[in-house]
Amino acid sequence: METFDPTELPELLKLYYRRLFPYSQYYRWLNYGGVIKNYFQHREFSFTLKDDIYIRYQSFNNQSDLEKEMQKMNPYKIDIGAVYSHRPNQHNTVKLGAFQAQEKELVFDIDMTDYDDVRRCCSSADICPKCWTLMTMAIRIIDRALKEDFGFKHRLWVYSGRRGVHCWVCDESVRKLSSAVRSGIVEYLSLVKGGQDVKKKVHLSEKIHPFIRKSINIIKKYFEEYALVNQDILENKESWDKILALVPETIHDELQQSFQKSHNSLQRWEHLKKVASKCQNNIKNDKYGPWLEWEIMLQYCFPRLDINVSKGINHLLKSPFSVHPKTGRISVPIDLQKVDQFDPFTVPTISFICRELDAISTNEEEKEENEAESDVKHRTRDYKKTSLAPYVKVFEHFLENLDKSQKGELLKKSDTHMCDYWMNNDSELGKPG
Amino acid sequence: MEFSGRKWKTLRLAGDQRNASYPHCLQFYLQPPCENISLIEFENLAIDRVKLLKSVENLGVSYMKGTEQYQSKLESELRKLKFSYRENLEDEYEPRRRDHISHFILRLAYCQSEELRRWFIQQEMDLLRFRFSILPKDKIQDFLKDSQLQFEAISDEEKTLRDQEIIASSPSLSGLKLGFESIYKIPFADALDLFRGRKVYLEDGFAYVPLKDIVAIILNEFRAKLSKALAVGVQWHDLGSLQPLPPRFKRFSYLSLLSCWDYRCTPPHPGLLWYPGSLQSLVTLDFPVPGGINSEDCETAKVVACSFLWELRPRKLTARSLPAVQSDERLQPLLNHLSHSYTGQDYSTQGNVGKISLDQIDSLSTKSFPPCMRQLHKALRENHHLRHGGRMQYGLFLKGIGLTLEQALQFWKQEFIKGKMDPDKFDKGYSYNIRHSFGKEGKRTDYTPFSCLKIILSNPPSQGDYHGCPFRHSDPELLKQKLQSYKISPGGISQILDLVKGTHYQVACQKYFEMIHNVDDCGFSLNHPNQFFCESQRILNGGKDIKKEPIQPETPQPKPSVQKTKDASSALASLNSSLEMDMEGLEDYFSEDS
Repeated sequence: METFDPTELPELLKLYYRRLFPYSQYYRWLNYGGVIKNYFQHREFSFTLKDDIYIRYQSFNNQSDLEKEMQKMNPYKIDIGAVYSHRPNQHNTVKLGAFQAQEKELVFDIDMTDYDDVRRCCSSADICPKCWTLMTMAIRIIDRALKEDFGFKHRLWVYSGRRGVHCWVCDESVRKLSSAVRSGIVEYLSLVKGGQDVKKKVHLSEKIHPFIRKSINIIKKYFEEYALVNQDILENKESWDKILALVPETIHDELQQSFQKSHNSLQRWEHLKKVASKCQNNIKNDKYGPWLEWEIMLQYCFPRLDINVSKGINHLLKSPFSVHPKTGRISVPIDLQKVDQFDPFTVPTISFICRELDAISTNEEEKEENEAESDVKHRTRDYKKTSLAPYVKVFEHFLENLDKSQKGELLKKSDTHMCDYWMNNDSELGKPG
Repeated sequence: MEFSGRKWKTLRLAGDQRNASYPHCLQFYLQPPCENISLIEFENLAIDRVKLLKSVENLGVSYMKGTEQYQSKLESELRKLKFSYRENLEDEYEPRRRDHISHFILRLAYCQSEELRRWFIQQEMDLLRFRFSILPKDKIQDFLKDSQLQFEAISDEEKTLRDQEIIASSPSLSGLKLGFESIYKIPFADALDLFRGRKVYLEDGFAYVPLKDIVAIILNEFRAKLSKALAVGVQWHDLGSLQPLPPRFKRFSYLSLLSCWDYRCTPPHPGLLWYPGSLQSLVTLDFPVPGGINSEDCETAKVVACSFLWELRPRKLTARSLPAVQSDERLQPLLNHLSHSYTGQDYSTQGNVGKISLDQIDSLSTKSFPPCMRQLHKALRENHHLRHGGRMQYGLFLKGIGLTLEQALQFWKQEFIKGKMDPDKFDKGYSYNIRHSFGKEGKRTDYTPFSCLKIILSNPPSQGDYHGCPFRHSDPELLKQKLQSYKISPGGISQILDLVKGTHYQVACQKYFEMIHNVDDCGFSLNHPNQFFCESQRILNGGKDIKKEPIQPETPQPKPSVQKTKDASSALASLNSSLEMDMEGLEDYFSEDS
C-alpha cells in the first residue's frame, strides 16, 4: 500500500475531488429521492480547510453546486450536519431562533479511544489488527439491535478513516426522531457505564433482557480468539488483577492461586468460570449474581457509544468518502455481509487511488487518443478503475434499498400530490448550476 | 382536538355540570381554563402550586418514589394545599379547578428557559404518576378515553409467541407465564421511558408493554404535550418580535384595569385564557395565530398567550412588538419570582466578576470547592486536559465564582499548553467554546453554572471523563479513598458512604461540607456547586460575605409597604405593594425550605 504523505494532501485532494469523489451517488443519498422538498438544499455541510480553518453552514442548491464548491475549496475534511428550517448558508439572514435543525439521520460514533482501559495492544489513536475485533463486535451488536429490535431498515456503516466506525441510520421516520428518543436509543444500547472512578462498569440484573442475551451470544463467537488469545487479558499478574477487581473478594485468593499455576489466558479463564459458578451457587441473590462471567465479557467487549454525537440533531459527523487528513484513508462504507473481513489497513489511501488513476490514465491516453470522450463521462467512470470501486458498490447497494422505500413513500404521496411533485422536480432539474 | 363550546361559554358551573368539566381527579390539561379570576386568586393559586411542586421534588429526593411513605406524604401534602387527589371523593370540583388553573399559571412562569421547563415538567410528571397510581383500576380505561389515549391489546397468539421475551424484559412481571396480563403493542418511540432503561421488550420497532407499565406511556405522552406547549411559547416570542404588530392589536394601559387584567379575544380564535373579573374594563385583543387557524393552533395560541404575557424582560422587548408589556408589569415580577424560586438562584455571574485571581484557584480548590470541582481541577492540573463534559462543568463553575472571560481563556490556555498543545490549536479549537459559554458566540446564550441536579442526572461520565458528581458516579471504594485523601475522619467517611448508599448524594456532599468546615450544621440545603463555594467562603471569611448575594429578580417597583390591603377600591394603589408583599412571603417560604 502506498504510503501517505500529508504534505502532498492539497494536490491529492484536487485530483480526488475532480475525478474520483462519487458525487452522483452522494447526491442521490442526501436528496432522498426528492420526497421532501428542499431536503438537500437545507442540509448543512461544513468544511475543514488547511490549518484547521473550519467553515460551518455551507449548503448547496444541487449536485453541480456541491461539486463546484468542493473542487474550489478542496476541503481536508467534510462534515454533514442537520437539515434546517432554512438554507444554512443564509442562516444569518434569518431571525435568531427561527433557524432550527429539524431532521437528521440517527448517527453513532464508536471510537477506539473509549476502550483504552481494556485494550492491551495500543492506546489513544492507534489501532492494530488485535484490537480491531472490538469494532467488528460493535458493528454486529449495534446493527443487530437497530435492525431487529428497532426495526430500522437503512443503516450505513462507515469506517471513520482512522480509529473507529460511524453508523448512519437513514429511515425516513428515524430522521425525524427527537433528541430525547435518540438519547433513549443510545441508553438502550449502552451497558458499560462509569468513568475513571468506577472499576466495575457492567452490572447485570437478575433478568437478562433479550438485547443483552443476544449481544452476549455475539461476543461469545469472538471472545476466545480476541480476548484470550490476541489480547491475552489474563497474561500476567498485572493484567489479571484488573479482572479480579471485577469479582467478589471472597474468591480472590482461590483465583490467584489457580492463575499462578496455569500457563495461559485460556486455562485461567476456564478456572475463573469454574470458581465463579461455584460462588454463585453459594451466595444466592448476591449482588454479583449468576452472571459474573458475562459481566467481564461485556466490560471487555461490549460497544461503547458516545451519546453526545447521537443525541443532538445538529451534531456534525464526518461524511462518508471524506478523507482522513492524518492517515489519508478514505471514509469508506463497510459491507455488512463481510464485516469480519473488513480490514482498516487495506482501506485505500488517497495517495494510493490517485496513483492508480495516474497509471491508468497514462495507459489509456495512449490507447484511446482518438476517442473523444467528454470530461463528464470520464469522471463518472474514473473511480471504477481504482480500489475505491468496491466501496462505492457497497454504497450503491445501500442506495438501492433506500430507493425502494422512497418509491413507496412517493406512491403514497402521489395520490394527492402527484402534480406538485413532478413540477418541483422538473424545476429542480432544469435549474442551472 | 375538539373544542366544545361549553368550555368557552360557561364561567362557573353548577351541580352536575361542574363535575362534568373535571371528570377525574387527574387531568391531562388539554384545555386551558377560561374563566374570570382575580389577581389575588391568581397569586394564591400560583404560590400553592409552587409549594406543591416543591414538595413533590423534596419527597422524591427523600423517599423512594412509589413507596408507601412517599405516597402517603404526597397525599397529605395535596390535601393540605387543597388540590385534588382521589377519584371517589364528593364534590371535588373546587380542588380540581384549582389544580387546573394553577397548572396553567405555572406554565407561564416556567416556560422561559430550558432548565425551568425541565424542572417543571419533571415535577408535574411525578405528580401525575402519583395520581395515576391511586386511580382505581376500573377508572383507568375511562381516564384514557377522556384523555384521548387508546391502546390495543395483542392477541393471545401473538402473546404466546413472545411470552419468554416479554417476561425477561419487563421488571414489573414475575413468574414464568404471562397468563391474563394484557400486552399492548406500541410504537417504540412512545415508550421512551421503558425502552431506554431496557424495561420492555422491543421487536421490529414496537414495544410490547404490559398493562402494569402503561403509566410510562401516559407520562411520555404527557411530557410530549407539555414540553411542546412550553416550547411553543418561547418560539412564538421570537416570531412575534420579527413581525410588526398587526393593526388589530390595541394597546392599553394597565392603569385603567384596576385589579383585573384583561385580554379578551374575539372569535374565531380566542386569544387568551384569563379574562378578568370585572367586565367594565375589557380590552379586545385578537391574537395572531402562527401558521394559520386550525383547532390545534387555537390551543397553542392560548398557551402562547401565556408566554406572551410573561415575556416582558426589558432587554428583549420593543414597545411596538409587545402590547402586553404594561399589563405585564403586574404579573411579571410574580411570575419571574415564581420561576426563580425553584432552586433559589441560578448562580450566574453578575456582581462577583473579577474578584478571583488565577493564582488563588489552587488553594481555593482544596478549601472551598465541592468534591466534583476539586476532582476536575486536580485532573486538569495533572493531565493538562479535560474532555468536553469536564470543561463545561468546571468552566461554568469557574465562571460562576467570578472568573472573567479573559481570565478563563488564560487559565485554560496555560494549562492546555503545558500538555504540549499548540497555542494556535487552542485558539482555534477551544477558545471558541469558552467564548461560547460566556455568551459571546453562536446563540449568545449566557450559560449558567450547572446545578447539582443537572450534574447528577444528566451526561454521566464515561471512560476518560472526570466530571459528574463523585458521590453519584464513583465506586464506594474509590470514593472512600478519595475522602481519606481529603483528610475526612473514618467516622465521617462511613456517614457519607451511608448517605450515598441511600442515594442522598447532595446530603452526602453537605456532610462533606460540614466536615471540612468543622461546623455541626451548615444551615442550608445544598443544591448547587457554586452554593457550596459561596457558603464556604462565607464561613472562611468569618461570616462576612465577600461574594455577591443571590441575585434578586429585577423588580421595577418601589420598595413594598408592609401592609397588605384587600380593599377593592384601593387595589390599584396597593397593587404593586401587595405583589411585593406576596413575593416576600414566597421568599420566606423558599429560604426556609431550600
